[in-house]
Amino acid sequence: MYRGGEGQLSFILHRITGVGILVFLFGHVADTFLVGFGPDLYNHAMAIYRLPVIRVLEVLLAAAVLYHALNGLRIIIIDFWPAASRYQRAMFYAVGVVFLALFIPAAITMIRPLFH
Amino acid sequence: MKVELRIKRFDPEKDQKPRWADYQVEVEPTDRLLDALHYVKWYQDGSLTFRRSCAHGICGSDCMLINGVNRLACKVLVKDLGRRITVEPMRGYPVVKDLVVDMEKFFAAYRAVKPYLINDEPAGPRERLQSPAERERYDDTTKCILCGACTTSCPSFWANDDYIGPAAIVQAHRFIFDSRDRGAAERLEVLNQREGVWRCRTIFNCTDACPRDIEVTRAIQEVKRAILFQRI
Ligand code: FES
Repeated sequence: MYRGGEGQLSFILHRITGVGILVFLFGHVADTFLVGFGPDLYNHAMAIYRLPVIRVLEVLLAAAVLYHALNGLRIIIIDFWPAASRYQRAMFYAVGVVFLALFIPAAITMIRPLFH
Repeated sequence: MKVELRIKRFDPEKDQKPRWADYQVEVEPTDRLLDALHYVKWYQDGSLTFRRSCAHGICGSDCMLINGVNRLACKVLVKDLGRRITVEPMRGYPVVKDLVVDMEKFFAAYRAVKPYLINDEPAGPRERLQSPAERERYDDTTKCILCGACTTSCPSFWANDDYIGPAAIVQAHRFIFDSRDRGAAERLEVLNQREGVWRCRTIFNCTDACPRDIEVTRAIQEVKRAILFQRI
């Protein structure tokens, strides 16, 4: 593998989270679609979302959406203000800091009900 | 000091696929990697094949993948590479032999952006004058030596070798933003194609790889902007 720097890492994470979110969306479209077959089937499908494993996956989904959004802003800034490319590394670390600041409380809030 | 060179070799007449070969070389810490490669070729194995011409970082012939990053062998010092040094050909172009790759596509992309002054207006009795500020506008991209470090470090290019690549965009930038040139529209047209600037995903490997410290990604972004807003 090419030993790229922060830019390459940011891109790989952006790709992985992007594809992950897309896969979730397909699943989500499919489960919403079930409502067309009556409430029973739909409610049955929805019950799956209450499984603890799914809750853990939802935490991962939140992480993916959050990273993708924050790094997306980083890219938009570089797109519209090319001079910012000089600070792309610092901006990547800023993405990391903001990510942790938002993700940690969100994850705690999401996971806590599992222990009650 | 002693270093071990691990070189990815490929002889099209003998090998089915590339193989690794190890060489022990005695070097000075201040030697360049190119000196170590010369040592191997001149005293250990004359069949080792690589390109080099100027040996002083200006012709751009000896870019290769050194310890996992694109560098000019004539510009990196052995002491900055550790005891075990891996050397591979640049990624993305077909390997001709050992560290030599076929760069025909690279130069085809270069030619596609019309890398020469386009201006039909009569030049007048003197030079075409330019203010220092106008010259400054594209100064960074005049430094390119066409070594291929940027293009072959780009994941977008590895995924699709029809992508015109950072090097060609840098060359286009050098003329697009030159106040004496009138060919910007033609070049932007070429770069606005499917395989043009929009394949850039702002990964910055090109900027990190450039041995001339050109802000490659920034140049690409400026070209994207010029296309987007139809203004230079
Ligand atoms: S040999 Fe000319 S750039 Fe290295």
